[in-house]
Amino acid sequence: MSALLEVEELRVEFGTRHGVVEALRGVSLAVGPSETLGIVGESGSGKSVTAFCVMRLLDRAGRVTGGRIRFRGEDITRAGRRVLAPLRGAAMSMIFQNPRAALNPIRPVGLQIADVIRAHEAVSAREARERTLALLEAVRIREPARRLEAYPHELSGGMCQRVMIAMAIACEPSLLIADEPTTGLDVTTQKAVMDLLAETTARRGMAMLLITHDLGLAAQYCGRIAVMEQGRVVEEAAPARLFGAPGHPYTRRLVAASPRRDSTVAGLVGEREAAPVAPTGRRLLEVSGLRKEFGGVAAVEGVSFHLDAGESLGLVGESGSGKSTLSRLVCRLLDPTAGNIRFEGEEIGAIPAGRFHRSPWRREIQLVFQDHGESLNPRFSAFDCIADPLRRLLGMREGAGLRARVAECAERVGLPGELLGRFPHQLSGGQKARVGIARAIAPGPRLLVLDEPTAALDVSVQAVVLHLLDRLRREAGLAYLFVSHDLNVVRMMCERTIVLQAGRVVEEGRSDALFATPKARYTAELLAAIPHFEPEAEPALG
Amino acid sequence: MRGIAGRAGRRFVSSLPALFGVLVFTFLLMRVLPGDPAVFFASGPNAGQAEIEDIRRRMGLDKPVPEQLLLYLRDIGTGNLGRSMTTGQPVLNDLRNRLPASLELTFCALLIALVLAVPLGILAALRPGSVVDHGVRLLCTLGVCVPTFVSGLLLIYVLYYLLGIAPDPTGRIDIFASQPPEVTGFLLLDAAIAGEWEAWWAAASQLILPACTMALFVLAPLARMTRASMLAVLTSDFIRTGEALGLSRRRVILVYALRNALLPVITIMGIVFSTMLGANVLVEKVFSWPGVASYALDALLSSDYAPVQGFVLLMASIFVLVNLVVDLLYGLADPRVSIG
Repeated sequence: MSALLEVEELRVEFGTRHGVVEALRGVSLAVGPSETLGIVGESGSGKSVTAFCVMRLLDRAGRVTGGRIRFRGEDITRAGRRVLAPLRGAAMSMIFQNPRAALNPIRPVGLQIADVIRAHEAVSAREARERTLALLEAVRIREPARRLEAYPHELSGGMCQRVMIAMAIACEPSLLIADEPTTGLDVTTQKAVMDLLAETTARRGMAMLLITHDLGLAAQYCGRIAVMEQGRVVEEAAPARLFGAPGHPYTRRLVAASPRRDSTVAGLVGEREAAPVAPTGRRLLEVSGLRKEFGGVAAVEGVSFHLDAGESLGLVGESGSGKSTLSRLVCRLLDPTAGNIRFEGEEIGAIPAGRFHRSPWRREIQLVFQDHGESLNPRFSAFDCIADPLRRLLGMREGAGLRARVAECAERVGLPGELLGRFPHQLSGGQKARVGIARAIAPGPRLLVLDEPTAALDVSVQAVVLHLLDRLRREAGLAYLFVSHDLNVVRMMCERTIVLQAGRVVEEGRSDALFATPKARYTAELLAAIPHFEPEAEPALG
Repeated sequence: MRGIAGRAGRRFVSSLPALFGVLVFTFLLMRVLPGDPAVFFASGPNAGQAEIEDIRRRMGLDKPVPEQLLLYLRDIGTGNLGRSMTTGQPVLNDLRNRLPASLELTFCALLIALVLAVPLGILAALRPGSVVDHGVRLLCTLGVCVPTFVSGLLLIYVLYYLLGIAPDPTGRIDIFASQPPEVTGFLLLDAAIAGEWEAWWAAASQLILPACTMALFVLAPLARMTRASMLAVLTSDFIRTGEALGLSRRRVILVYALRNALLPVITIMGIVFSTMLGANVLVEKVFSWPGVASYALDALLSSDYAPVQGFVLLMASIFVLVNLVVDLLYGLADPRVSIG
């Protein structure tokens, strides 16, 4: 079988302000016709650079310094626009992460799909429209005729990705490159989009290059997986072999760090499991009949739950389920429309959100955000980020006391002291996460609300941060309200879990029982949508 | 569509307090400025105190300032902007006669500026750091640093005095050419409506030099804005999508990038237009253009309250109107804003 796409010893450099950075150091890959190859790896491993290089979409700073890319036997490493234009979109096409941004915001999606068809085939506008309609049906968009006129902002993220897929398959290419196609989508949407991709490529006999950081996803949908680390392919094998008996140490680490149905927080980082946290039975937070409306539409409706001191409660649901609204209500960043929030028996729901920062309860309830980069002030050093709540909430003055307290917080989250002088952009993702956590624990809270704290992190970093959070909770007897879309993470981190759907609680119970035998249908759907990771799982091709 | 109209309506209502503030502020400012209009408009340097007092009484200046303000607001409410002491005409009439001249000049200048600035901005953005980019930057810098009276005089010197291509730079139309019958007050439009192409040509050739002078001045903000927003758009994800799916370079740049890049340019355009209309007094003076700005300047120099107040009110209203139009345009150009 001759390969459709062959990448041989590809080397790419990026010219940056700090000199030349080698992004690819000799990558070799081959994709056969109608084969699905997965490339997995963490950020910076060069998996996206490889894909962009194949499509010749590298930005100006990137330069191919060695190796070859052959498509259908033809060398396209240095091909000009004239050679590439008929290939791109027609013979090989690509779909991207963040589908809404990948579509032109001010052009109806129907026209955008038609643009692709008309770029490669001489068809009339009407014919292009008919084919667009057929494509929208093929990617299972409901009411396709109406969606032709829709703009990307009027469609959900999953729908935008379907439109993107329609554009990519419009001219029946033989290779589809999918660069993190479901990152940022809900787990059920992810399953629907991936199933659609697998089915479409199988039915049309297309080959697919699936780039993902999610090992489970790659295992489930790919026939072969290449693991990349620092610009090299370190291992390549069928999923069963790769995950059953990983050969390379990096693959072993990656596999160990990825949460599975049976993994534990300690297990992710290769440590012995700690004893479960003993229940204190002392009520810390009590929420009853909580309701929040936005413009007359209820985002959270009749939600009641409680949280004991030292307990960790998971909050799961898809986007739009109201989990973020609920966490903001509890943090007192939003005012409830109705209902009570009691903290230590005190009604804090009545204190207006705008004045809550002056309330003595502010230091008791702290937040850890999802995007650790965006949630740190770019003009504050790590020290100032951590010291800020100490100055404002505890009224601490500059001096040895403050410095000692900040240093202590940094130590508790494992942030080396010499990093305290750095600014957020000089820190790695994991280090920024640590600063964000140190800032949250600095004023000595009793309740931490964690809003998808590891969603933006690589799996190995996620493992370490989860372990850190688990340790902090045990050490300080903190209570957690843990919001996440990753059910495996919630299962490991929380004793109890609440499942939200459309602003209402559909199921609540002990995490182990809830995940083993879900009672609500919605919970079962969510669980079924998690990509399988077990070595014996069959790839879902065709 | 209804959303856009509603937004425009809300905008209009919310700009009324600002308009009122401008009214009161100008009124008070004129009262504070040195110069006594009664003395200025007295028959001569040796006019008696009694005559000056008489003029003052006739102008209503003997009353206390708050009362004057109320009277003024009442007049405005009834559509009376007062009478100019210099021309002896009602201010409303003067403005009505002179506004088309200013508008015509500004519109043409804006058009010329856009026709130059947008392609230059695109070229500069497509090759950042190249010779073209630096050339555009130089042109923009020159346009901004050289005052309009200098560039205007330079154009007159070269094109009229040295080369003799341009006509005598005085007024809107050659005094010997026949004026087209007035319909809109815009000479180019009136001439075209009447079918008098000779008059049209005469008016256009008078217009071209002052319009270019002004265009040169506002080239920079428009071209720089086009360049900056084009650069930002060219790095966005959907441009990459277009490239990845094999759209032609032309389509990617003109349909995908440019239309998105022009959104902020629309906003800048509104500001540039309003600024030009009021700030083109130097151009109007250099080219003896009978516009509203030179009218207001003359009035200000002779402490003639009513025309200045009328002018400021007119400018404020136009500013509000232009912002409304920009809002509407933006709503049409960007489907995302109509839901916000």
